[in-house]
Amino acid sequence: MTVEEIVAKIADVMVDVFDVDELDVTEATSADDVDEWDSLSHIRFIITLERLFKIKFLNEEIADLKNVGDLARVIQAKLPA
Amino acid sequence: MLADLDWLEPATDFRVRLKAVRAAIAEGTGDEEQLYALALGRLDLNQLGQLAGAVASYVATDAAPGPLARVRLGVIGSGTLGLIEPAIAASALRHRVIATVVGGDYGSAMQDAIDPQSALRTAGLDLALIALDYRTLGLDRAQPNPGAAVDAAAAMVGAMVDGLAASAAGGVMVATIVPPVEPLFGSFDAVEPGSVAAQVAALNARLADWARDKRIVLVDIARVAAWVGLDRWHDAGQWHSAKLPFDPDLIPLYADVVARTIAAVRGTTRKCLVLDLDNTLWGGIIGDDGVDGIALGQGSAKGEAFLAIQQMALGLRQRGIILAVCSKNDDDVARIPFRDHPDMPLKEAHIASFVANWGDKATNLRAIASALNIGLDSLVFLDDNPVERAQVRRERPLVAVPEVPADPALYPRILLGAGYFEAVAFAQEDRDRADQYRANAERAAFAGTSDMVGYLASLDMVADIRPFDAVNRARIAQLINKSNQFNLTTRRYTEAQVAALEADPAKLTMQVRLTDRFGDNGMISVIVVDRATWEIDTWLMSCRVLGRRMEEAVLAHIAAAARDGGASALTGRYLPSVKNKMVAGHFGKLGFAKVSGEDGKETVWRLDLADYAAPELPMRIVDGS
Repeated sequence: MTVEEIVAKIADVMVDVFDVDELDVTEATSADDVDEWDSLSHIRFIITLERLFKIKFLNEEIADLKNVGDLARVIQAKLPA
Repeated sequence: MLADLDWLEPATDFRVRLKAVRAAIAEGTGDEEQLYALALGRLDLNQLGQLAGAVASYVATDAAPGPLARVRLGVIGSGTLGLIEPAIAASALRHRVIATVVGGDYGSAMQDAIDPQSALRTAGLDLALIALDYRTLGLDRAQPNPGAAVDAAAAMVGAMVDGLAASAAGGVMVATIVPPVEPLFGSFDAVEPGSVAAQVAALNARLADWARDKRIVLVDIARVAAWVGLDRWHDAGQWHSAKLPFDPDLIPLYADVVARTIAAVRGTTRKCLVLDLDNTLWGGIIGDDGVDGIALGQGSAKGEAFLAIQQMALGLRQRGIILAVCSKNDDDVARIPFRDHPDMPLKEAHIASFVANWGDKATNLRAIASALNIGLDSLVFLDDNPVERAQVRRERPLVAVPEVPADPALYPRILLGAGYFEAVAFAQEDRDRADQYRANAERAAFAGTSDMVGYLASLDMVADIRPFDAVNRARIAQLINKSNQFNLTTRRYTEAQVAALEADPAKLTMQVRLTDRFGDNGMISVIVVDRATWEIDTWLMSCRVLGRRMEEAVLAHIAAAARDGGASALTGRYLPSVKNKMVAGHFGKLGFAKVSGEDGKETVWRLDLADYAAPELPMRIVDGS
């Protein structure tokens, strides 16, 4: 799966997790761009992605992510080739 | 299976339906049944959070009380509970409770509980939940002196319970402590009292003692963790990074278990299991396969699976759950296995209402509810046929209809795991209830053969009227919190408040039991009267004994006490609720004159004792005061 495809899937998840009607998500989107993205909804965000992609993140893998692009690349690396 | 709440239907179109409900709430036309309907699906953590938001905005509109019970719940405990709290509020809807959940501050459980001025304790709570983790109770390492560590942990939990109990009159729920996965010795952990596993077990045993003594209401989360497995329950990574006390994937299950306990405290749990017959109680179709052809009993895996379903139903009946049958069959054919199958543990005598015909099940379920004089929201309907389940869900959303797996061997697990019949107490009354409902059906048949006056006289009724006492306190509190229909004021009192009424010389309290030739009806009425004003504060009766002139017997007793107390009149008050329309005219029928209030609204009534003469009644009164 390409990073673009993963970002598109993440965008769908974000609408549900942050409970917003529309969200313009790009690789550069970060927590600063979404009001509803706080520490609690971040946990929901991560576990929703884990469930969707059938992966499990290590804390260290997601501790220093800056934006959705970083996140998509971590997910891409964990997906079976 | 249980971890994923598989007894619930998939939540189709949730977001679209939620949007519609949100819009209705914003326009002031939101209603509680719409919220309930949204909660019936298998919701994930995100959906539970969204629904909790809708509940909060609905509560904020100050809409008039609807059919659901209302609860303000305070939650304290270990770690991050912010994901659990909204999940509880949303799951409570499924159990017909609108919950406003107030969380304590992170890491401040003790301060929140013991400081009377804390934001939590001043939040007007009805109930509280304490959800602690072994890692914050000093039980996270083996101890050379395990007794002391368990004592210290118990003292800590006890202080929280006592603090919260002072501000949450409805009771304090305490979750049992989930033991860790990791063994220290291995199997010997169970033998060595200083092991973490043994200490946690010792603390949980104390919590169970407290629950038996009514100091707390137990929520057995340790058992729930065992259902899904500790290996799956504990998520060490989430504890280290976010202090989530367990795998957040399991929050929907956790929240539902807390919610069903709230329902049990508030008396909104279900009362009756309605069973389909063909391929639900036995394998095959009795009308086609005949009594020799259906699968039931020892000797085949299929027959044993259906036997286990019947044993489950009998087990529920023994704890007071009413059983009914709703089947598409000819009545005489449907009864054949009950009469003639040698391996059939269920007999016709166990079934309080037996409906077998070719009509649709939604209609028949309404007939069953009405024959038993209970609400549709008291029914659980077990049926193997997905078409029937869908029809009932569509036509009778108040009836709980569990999804079932393809294999009938799993029916008991899914039905019992769903928690429809959660209880927080068990009394002799509960043991007897299923028999009482059946005896009632017999009384009804008996009534058909006789005139009313002769019928009542032939019942040999004995009414025992006595003041509240400690022995019956729990049952009195249960009735005060459960009775909706024949309840003049719907004032709810906790068991502690009932104890206070019992000791208060300024109150006339009455509990009434009724026996007749068919059996013991148990406690059927509870009354509280203020001796200073002679106003009737609380008057409720079981609908089981309607038409037995018990109201008049109760009034005669109150009137006699009032005359002894030098009163010249009694005052009655009717406070309307969604469910008590049937008693709007209660005082009028008894000869009271209306003093104030419009019909359908709050009304006040007065009975001049000079004009009152106690009537001749078809029963013997035993005065236990």
